[in-house]
Amino acid sequence: MKKSLSEKTAYVLIIFVLVIFTVATVYPIIHVVMASFSDGDLMMAHQGLLLRPLEFNVDAYKRVFENEMIMRGYLNTIIVVAATLILNFLLTSFAAYFLSRKYLYTANAVMFFIMVTMYFSGGTVPFYFAVKNLGLYNSLWSIILPASANAFNIIVLRTAFSSMPDSIEEAALVDGANHFTILFKIFIPLSKASLAVVMLYYLVAHWNSWFNAMIFLKDRELYPLQLVLRDILVENDTSNMTGGASMDTMQAVGETVKYAVIVVSTLPVMMIYPFLQKYFAKGAMVGAVKG
Amino acid sequence: MQVMEKNKAAVIKKSNAITKTLADIKKYPQLYIMILPVIVFYILFSYRPMYGVLMAFQDFVPLKGIAGSDFVGFKHFITFFNDIYFGRILKNTVIISFASIIFCFPVPIIFALLLNEIKNKYIVKPVQTISYMPHFISMVVFCGIIRDFTKDTGIITQMLSKIGIETGTMLSKPSLFLPIYLISDIWKDAGWNAIIYMAALAGVDQQLYDAAKVDGAGRWHQLWHVTISSIMPTIVIMLIMRLGSVLNVGFEKILLLYNPGIYETSDVISTYVYRKGLQEFNYGYSTAVNLFNSVISFIMLIAANQISKKTTEYALW
Repeated sequence: MKKSLSEKTAYVLIIFVLVIFTVATVYPIIHVVMASFSDGDLMMAHQGLLLRPLEFNVDAYKRVFENEMIMRGYLNTIIVVAATLILNFLLTSFAAYFLSRKYLYTANAVMFFIMVTMYFSGGTVPFYFAVKNLGLYNSLWSIILPASANAFNIIVLRTAFSSMPDSIEEAALVDGANHFTILFKIFIPLSKASLAVVMLYYLVAHWNSWFNAMIFLKDRELYPLQLVLRDILVENDTSNMTGGASMDTMQAVGETVKYAVIVVSTLPVMMIYPFLQKYFAKGAMVGAVKG
Repeated sequence: MQVMEKNKAAVIKKSNAITKTLADIKKYPQLYIMILPVIVFYILFSYRPMYGVLMAFQDFVPLKGIAGSDFVGFKHFITFFNDIYFGRILKNTVIISFASIIFCFPVPIIFALLLNEIKNKYIVKPVQTISYMPHFISMVVFCGIIRDFTKDTGIITQMLSKIGIETGTMLSKPSLFLPIYLISDIWKDAGWNAIIYMAALAGVDQQLYDAAKVDGAGRWHQLWHVTISSIMPTIVIMLIMRLGSVLNVGFEKILLLYNPGIYETSDVISTYVYRKGLQEFNYGYSTAVNLFNSVISFIMLIAANQISKKTTEYALW
């Protein structure tokens, strides 16, 4: 079918709008990356768009990697994320497997029990005391344990498990397998895509979380990366980064270090999500229908 | 007599449920071992805090706990309604929330519709990948970037001054908080929120378009009567869910962006709850304000659902 002139114009117009949208989305990211490789003094004097580094150098990154607080924060975050992901994997698959066994008398009641938590919460203060009363205050467990499972992710994985034919479970049970074997050896390998997306959601949430750490952690040595970042980016405290520099250069160094620290902290997540992108739509649909 | 019969029936039903559950546990012990840690998790970190909501009706003293603290009835609620900041935080919460429904909610829909018109996957894929990117940036970094771009020498401030708008540090101007909040929201999540609409658009039956063409429907007609009406249920459901969280504005974001100088336009219920509770240690009061927030949200969710059911036939339940 031939396209009319007005259709062609519309097409060009749509492309134009999408290009603007994309440029507006990507520019701030380019700005940050370019600034992180720039010279501090030039950055301070610079006006307008930044499309290439000003006198390319990696001084800011050197300072980031030499900084004890940031490296400590990085390590804390990795410990917390790893521990939480193990719990997430176990609890989410257990719950999803249980909820997808329709023959269980309590399956619906447990589903309700879990779904309620999506709509109701006690609020900041009661949550604070619930965690504190367990003796978790000022320990990394205070940010690990409360993030052990998430209702939305359980539902996404349950939907995947529900679509398995009943005959798989029956046949495995006849062969003498128990439910743990069925879950880990059959169901999980068969739902890799859903599980991968769920684990990505967990990973991103834990990597980026800071609020619980802020209210529960007192010692700075326990601070995860995001809390260290908050001091640098929001409280504007780059003093412990610029050590050794004179007053004049301090501000200039702080300027580029801020950008370098953003890149270093965000890169891991940015490198993972494009690989799982094609599964996002599935997860979103499940969430909207059941959530 | 009848009442007693009814009670008896209820008791039998209840004991029946317990016997049946016990029988179920005996029959499938492994499955119940699986669910046990999940139940424990939810009791410790979700249901115990819900029970903690009782402190909204108490002069809560941490050492005495909820069982030992004195009940004061609705005292905290009355104090809240008479609080000099009551009007301000309620107004800010409602304004920020409705403004984001009006300005931010439609953007992902428009973006998805535009992208849907492009059939070339070498354009669609990269545009989508880039549009997701800001969603994965952490709130702390995101707010750090906003602060940096809008400070007096920031790139956005500079650009505005080039076209003759002098703002200075933008986040110190109360009137600029809302626009900054809304535009940055669109930047961060419009692409991500479009996923659900893209998925709905992919599910539209191609035959509907063919039928419309046979009936002589033009491009605009097809867009309106086929495309948009096909994704209407998704739009309505997303809108209901949005209305249900109308009082839950971006708490973490505001906490990272605001400062006392712009409280008059940026302080909202949840940030007030945080300050009162964990910075000023007014535990009972803070919990009461939060409970007020939850109750209103719940009413909004039910109301939105009912209205939608009556007017569009689409509803969450």
